[in-house]
Amino acid sequence: MADIEQVTATAPPVAAASDPPHRRETIYRHSLAVRVTHWANVLFLTLLLMSGLRIFNYHPALYWGNYGYRGVPSIFSIAALEDIETDEPVGVTTIAGHNFITTGVLGVSYDADGMPVAGAFPNWLTLPGGPGLALARDWHFAMAWLFVLNGTLYLLFGLASGHFRRDLVPAAAELRPWSLLRDVFDHLRLRRVRGEAARRYNPLQKLAYMVAVFVLLPVMVISGLTMSPAVTAAMPFLFDLFGGRQSARTIHFIAANLIVLFVLVHVIQVFVAGAFNGMRSMITGRYAITPEARS
Amino acid sequence: MSRLMSRRSLMVAGSAAAASLVTGCEPIADAPSLRWILDFGQFMSLHAQRLLLTGQPLVREYSEADITPDFPPNGTERPAGMAYFQMVVSNFASYRLTIDGMVAKPLSLSLDDIKALPSRTQITQHNCDEGWTAIGQWTGVPLAQLLTTAGILPEARYVVFHCLDEMVRTPDRSGFYYESLDLFDAYHPQTILAYAMNGRPLPLAHGAPLRLRVERQIGYKHAKYVSRIEAVDRLDRIGRGKGGFWEDRGYQWYAGQ
Repeated sequence: MADIEQVTATAPPVAAASDPPHRRETIYRHSLAVRVTHWANVLFLTLLLMSGLRIFNYHPALYWGNYGYRGVPSIFSIAALEDIETDEPVGVTTIAGHNFITTGVLGVSYDADGMPVAGAFPNWLTLPGGPGLALARDWHFAMAWLFVLNGTLYLLFGLASGHFRRDLVPAAAELRPWSLLRDVFDHLRLRRVRGEAARRYNPLQKLAYMVAVFVLLPVMVISGLTMSPAVTAAMPFLFDLFGGRQSARTIHFIAANLIVLFVLVHVIQVFVAGAFNGMRSMITGRYAITPEARS
Repeated sequence: MSRLMSRRSLMVAGSAAAASLVTGCEPIADAPSLRWILDFGQFMSLHAQRLLLTGQPLVREYSEADITPDFPPNGTERPAGMAYFQMVVSNFASYRLTIDGMVAKPLSLSLDDIKALPSRTQITQHNCDEGWTAIGQWTGVPLAQLLTTAGILPEARYVVFHCLDEMVRTPDRSGFYYESLDLFDAYHPQTILAYAMNGRPLPLAHGAPLRLRVERQIGYKHAKYVSRIEAVDRLDRIGRGKGGFWEDRGYQWYAGQ
C-alpha cells in the first residue's frame, strides 16, 4: 500500500525534471484485450479444472497406450482403502508402483462434519461438489468451448497487435546462459524488480508465459480432443501424436497439473512483485514502476 | 502399507456420505439459470463434430493382437425377469428383433435371420464416459441395412433402441433401458447391431443376443439387449423425452466426446 500512496503522490514536475531516473511513474502495462481475456481465462480454467477432477474421480487411474480399465496396470491411481486394524478409511495414491498415504486430501477426505468421504479428489475441489458425471462433463465441455474461443481471441490479438513479438518473445541476448542464470538467481532471492527492468517481463517470465500459452494450453486442448471418439474418427493421427487414447488422457492430466503449478508460481510472483500493483495492472492496465534504489 | 491389505472399496459408504453432503458448488453446478451455458456447450460440440465428420470417416480399426483381455462390461450384466431367462435357456431361439415405427415394412427377425444377413466385423475401441477404454472385436449387421430393408420413411429422423434390461422397476414398467440415434449416426457404416464379440457369441454381460455399436460415440449410447428398433420423427414422446435412459437422467444425448 505504501507504494501506491507514493505513486498517487507522484513527485512534482520540478523534482522529476531534476532527477528523472528516480521519478515514480505508472505505465500502461496491459491492454484491454489482455485484461479481459486474462480474467475470462481465470474463470474458465478454474471451472475446467474442477469439472475435470470430478470426471477423473469416476475412474481415478491413468494408463499409457490405447486402452486402460480396472485390472490393467496403471501408472498413477488414487484409491480409498480400509485399514484392517482400525477399520479407518485410508486414501492411497500410487505413482509408478509406489504407494503414498494421502488420507485427508486424495482418496479419502473429510466433509464439514468430519465424516470421511471416499473419492480421488475431495468434493470441495470438484464441480459439481459431489456425484454427477453428466453435470461434470457438461461443465467441462461448455468451459472448453469458452476457453478455446477466448484463447483464439487472445492469440489473434497477440499476433495482430505485436504483443507477443514485443512483450513475450525473448531477445537473443536474454537467452544467453549467463543472462538466464542471473535471472534465476534474481528470482531465487525474491528480489523486487525496479526501475527500467520493471517495464518489461524478465527472460524467465517470458519463457514461462510462452510455455503456458504456446505449449501447455494447446497440449490441454489437443489431448482433450484425442479423448473424443468423434474427433479421432476425423483425425486418427491424434492417436499417433500422443501414443493412444489413454496416453492422451494421462498427458491431459499431467499438463493440467503443470498449469496449476504455473498458476501457483505466477500468483507467488505477483505477490513478490507487489500484489496490489500487479492486480491493478491486470484490472485497469496501470502499473507503477518502483525507481531504482539511490546509490 | 502392510496394514492396508483390505481391498474393500469404500465406494458405497463414500457415495452415501457425498450425497448427504451439500457442498458449496452443488447448487451452482445444477442451477437452472445457468443451464443455457451447458446447452451452448452441447450445441457447439454436436455441430462442430458433425462438421468434422461430414465425410463420414470410419473410426480407427485395430488388429486381433490389439484386442484387450477381460473387456469390462458396463451397466446391466444380466437382465432380470423370466422373459429374458427363458430366452437364454432357449439359446435365444425365441428371441425376435422387431423393427417398426415409421417404416414401410415392419420386420420381425429371429437371431438366425439376422445372422444370415451380410455382416460386418470390426475391431474398435470402446470409450466409457468415466474415462476407461477397451478394444474388442464385434460382428453384426449394419443398422443401415436393416433400416433399408424395413423401408424407413422419409419423415423418420431418429431410430430408438428398446432394450430387454429393466434399469429401474416401476409399476408402469417404464424403467427399461433405451437409446436413440439420428440418421447421421444410424447410417454410418460402422454402426452395427452386433451378435458376436471377439469371435464368439455375444456374452450375456455384453448384451446378448444383440447390442448396438455406434463407434463415434461413448459407452452408454451402445445399447445392449436390443429387442426393438423404432423409427420415429421425434423423441419427446418416448420415455421421459430426452432420447435415452441416461439422457432422461441428465446425460448428453449426443455423446461424441
